[in-house]
Amino acid sequence: MSDTGQIRFRAATEEPPATRWTLIGLAFAGLAILVFAPLIAVFVEALAEGAIEAVRSLASPDARDAIRLTLTIAAISVPLNALFGVAAAWFITKFDFRGKAFLITLIDLPFSVSPVVAGLCIVLMFGANSAIGGWLVAQGYPIVFAMPGIILATMFVTFPFVARELIPVMIEQGRAEEEAALTLGASGWRVFWTVTLPNIRWALLYGVLLCNARAMGEFGAVAVVSGKIRGETATIPTTIEMLYQEYLSVAAFSLAAVLTLLALLTLLLKTLLELRHADQLAANHRH
Amino acid sequence: MHIEIDEISKAFGTTAALHPVSLSIPSGALVALLGPSGSGKTTLLRILGGLEFPTSGRVLFDGQDATGLTVQERRAGFVFQSYALFRHMTVFENIAYGLNARPRATRPTKAEIARRVTKLLELIQLPDIGARYPSQLSGGQRQRVALARALAIEPRMLLLDEPFGALDAKVRKELRQGLRDIHDTTGLTTVFVTHDQEEAMELADLVVVMSMGRIEQIGKPADIRARPATPFVKEFITA
Repeated sequence: MSDTGQIRFRAATEEPPATRWTLIGLAFAGLAILVFAPLIAVFVEALAEGAIEAVRSLASPDARDAIRLTLTIAAISVPLNALFGVAAAWFITKFDFRGKAFLITLIDLPFSVSPVVAGLCIVLMFGANSAIGGWLVAQGYPIVFAMPGIILATMFVTFPFVARELIPVMIEQGRAEEEAALTLGASGWRVFWTVTLPNIRWALLYGVLLCNARAMGEFGAVAVVSGKIRGETATIPTTIEMLYQEYLSVAAFSLAAVLTLLALLTLLLKTLLELRHADQLAANHRH
Repeated sequence: MHIEIDEISKAFGTTAALHPVSLSIPSGALVALLGPSGSGKTTLLRILGGLEFPTSGRVLFDGQDATGLTVQERRAGFVFQSYALFRHMTVFENIAYGLNARPRATRPTKAEIARRVTKLLELIQLPDIGARYPSQLSGGQRQRVALARALAIEPRMLLLDEPFGALDAKVRKELRQGLRDIHDTTGLTTVFVTHDQEEAMELADLVVVMSMGRIEQIGKPADIRARPATPFVKEFITA
């Protein structure tokens, strides 16, 4: 070795300091402008006329109804989508059949279709002018401009989250553990509860949380099917929009702050659950 | 248990994995299905275990037609290539799985299950690892736990898919003897799949050489060595 100067050894994947700091700086700047600034702005605007005014706007009947409706919608559509997502992922990954690729594409459809179009489809299918819709309205069960329509729209838009999260995990895990359980005498149902479900629980939880965040925040499809009737079919996002259009900025941003807090709560919940089950995660050696 | 394979064939779509093959496995034998990848040996093993159903032909257990039996009804102790241990369960829970899965009427009591698991852990010479998770075990330990889990259901036969495939050479030699010992103690009819001719010749009573979905030769290791029936066998066993 040369004794004239110190030789620096650098890992092949390590970039020069200038490059590193530029990239890190860019990432931080991007995050600050795109994520943190709007987040802070929402709370600043909400509290512009003081906390009391913000709370008072949230206590108004319209805001309370919107919050209640959004929570109800999420409470119904998220478990249903979790169920459908697990069923779809199970079916796709554990069985071989014709048209599998097509089915996977179909699951992705809500990601590529604009929510407004999805909403319009529901109106066309179940609106009072359609055969099914007309009949249902006559029976006293309207879909469009009512809660069932909002649930359908929310479920359509959030359908891919759980299935998309589970499919890669289940493909990677393969079928060997399920087959082993079968050879040990377990029924298909027992295999699902004791082997499949425990193996996918973290992916499932993650998918459910993403699904929930989106379900509470969905605007486009819900705006079309709900008719935005105050106190009846107006959700948090559609109410925020209406309040903002009416220049009720404190009320709009207070409600937006509530939606943001719900999203942050979702994130917190995910982190907490991960911390609490760290031992099982280690045994899983996947996460 | 005596196993009779009668003109079994298997096609996946248009590709034939097995041409009609017939094979008689005497009760208590230790048999190797030997062949390169794609020879149909694993397919044949999976058909025996009920994980795959034949396109045509019959499987007979002790002279009784078992072709239509479900995987649960076959009661075959199956050891998978990568062991397929339940990663979210402890070793104890893994071994107890088959007993816990029994219908209530035939399920042993908790104490009885614990007793049997402890006995199996002693049989595989790993008495102290019950509380560990599969990810905390070495490859050789995992293989033995998989074996214990398969034995826990009091199987009628033992089927092993490349049981030594994922292990390094030293452990492989030790576990060969381990399998031989377990076979001799339990007296179970045992069929294992391997692509390693040395392993097959050293361990098995009867070697079945397969290629391209056909059986090339069936015989005792010494006979196959002395009189290879086809050019393929000759080349494969000297390779």
